Amino acid sequence: MEKRVTFGRWTIGILFAVPQLFLIFTFFYWPAGQAVYWSLTLQQPWGGGNIWVGLDNFRSILANADYWNSITASMIFAGISTGLAMVIALVLAALTDRQLAGSWLYRVVLIWPYGIAAPALALAFRFILAPEAGFMAVVNKFWPGLWDPGLDGADAMASIIIAFSWKYVGYNFIFFLAAFQAIPRSLIEAAAMDGSGVIRRFWDIQFPLITPTIFFLLVINITESFQDSFGIVDIMTAGGPANATNLMVYKIYSDGFKGLDYSGAAAQSIILMLLIVALTIVQFRFIERRVHYR
Amino acid sequence: MVERTPILNFFTHVILFAGFVFCVAPFVIVAIAASHNLKDVNDVPMSLLPGSDFWVNIKTAWTMADLGPKLFNSFIMAFGVAAGKVIISALTAFSIVYFRYPGRMLIFWLIFITLMLPLEVRIVPTYAVVANVLEPYQTIMDLTGLSWLIEKMSGVQVQLSLGLLNSYSGLILPLIATATGTFLYRQFFLTVPDELTEAARMDGAGALRFFVDILLPLSRNNMAALGTIMFLWAWNQYLWPLLITTDQSHAMAVTELKQLIPNVGGAPEWHIAMAGTLIIMLPPLFVVVLMQRWFVRGLIATEK
Repeated sequence: MEKRVTFGRWTIGILFAVPQLFLIFTFFYWPAGQAVYWSLTLQQPWGGGNIWVGLDNFRSILANADYWNSITASMIFAGISTGLAMVIALVLAALTDRQLAGSWLYRVVLIWPYGIAAPALALAFRFILAPEAGFMAVVNKFWPGLWDPGLDGADAMASIIIAFSWKYVGYNFIFFLAAFQAIPRSLIEAAAMDGSGVIRRFWDIQFPLITPTIFFLLVINITESFQDSFGIVDIMTAGGPANATNLMVYKIYSDGFKGLDYSGAAAQSIILMLLIVALTIVQFRFIERRVHYR
Repeated sequence: MVERTPILNFFTHVILFAGFVFCVAPFVIVAIAASHNLKDVNDVPMSLLPGSDFWVNIKTAWTMADLGPKLFNSFIMAFGVAAGKVIISALTAFSIVYFRYPGRMLIFWLIFITLMLPLEVRIVPTYAVVANVLEPYQTIMDLTGLSWLIEKMSGVQVQLSLGLLNSYSGLILPLIATATGTFLYRQFFLTVPDELTEAARMDGAGALRFFVDILLPLSRNNMAALGTIMFLWAWNQYLWPLLITTDQSHAMAVTELKQLIPNVGGAPEWHIAMAGTLIIMLPPLFVVVLMQRWFVRGLIATEK
């Protein structure tokens, strides 16, 4: 879409874009380029510049069992937390959309978790799920040793999944509800006249009509599970126990800033960037379809 | 709504109420835990009746994590990011929509691509840039031979250096350097009728005048939505402030949470930790509750 009426003095026009261009050049394109450069070179231990090593950094990362472990952990985390957050949000949004008495309350409250900083809710859940105090301690009292995120990798993974899903249920809920409300009422009423029940209407009318939103949220949730998980992991498990929750972004941080392996961290960043770009491309293909759809 | 479904309605209420509890319970538990003393908070199961030490715990957490200045820093940063985004995105969108110049589509795509790569994945090199923001320009001058030329001409060696670690601008600027807001404005500007622009031009208004007196007042809703979203987003940043504020005087409230985790082996001071969590949770929660309409609108508009 283009404007028909524009202003003639285009030199002024460019000036309006200059601040943004300076910012994205300095803080986006340069660092992104730098990451590519670092990933292809190795820094000398006592200064003296970088030496070119080609794809060696990538080879050594991909040969490292720790890295594959981190990828697996990220995938498990992304898969389960996205699934949980989306299914719960979909059910709640579909039911809120039935607009029974009191549904305004859910519309207001279910959004709250999304406003909370990931590390803050992580600390709250660390207490709620702590094995010796809080609420899971009750479970441990009956089955001693059943739950210990500090020692058991699966428990630690479950804790960060719960914390992340709690936050993103609110986010998904907003989008699902908006999608449901965009469906014309007349469509649903017509189906009801034809004798279809609530469940039938959901599967045959509402669900197909919100599939674009489902795809969209799927991509956003997966991307966010790569980024927004950092605070949760750092506060709840610090990547442990035994690297069970060492997700990709957390590993970049600990390798780069704790281990001072810039080249390795840069190579990992590149792999993560490619992954996210691939996801974004999938999303664009779908957005095109959605424009077609309406 | 269309027919009578008493059983289904009953289950709808039950499930929605369960969802409600699921959302609110962590807030309630944090608040209750923050009101207990050391012994009560570690009771199994913890009593759900509030204790009497609420204000004592709040005060202890406040002094322990030194939250006063930290909250102030968080406010400055969140406000700075929100304001910067609202202003810079408006300028850029105006340029892209209301002018025709060579390279306009290139600029559009350059900005669009920044949507793809979040700060978290390019964190290491961005950190290096913030340590010396002029480094890109120094390198460019070195590579193009410009600094050699200047050195030959004037005898001055060019050494550009400006570190932004531990500064507000270092915290804020990299967070502004994405495209989120630009597209929000662009979509809106495209819906502004052309007749308005024509009328303004006929009355002799230039580009700047039209932008300030007509376009900006029209986009007030967008500004509120974008500002709310960006404020929350910046307030909740964790990794970035953690890296670039090594100096305590610039630390953020959210990064201070780490100081509140009870040490292994030490006293399990969960009541203090929860009091601190509550303090840090409250400002964004207030923003969400007060600005709910803008928040929802902004969320849906910035992502699409």
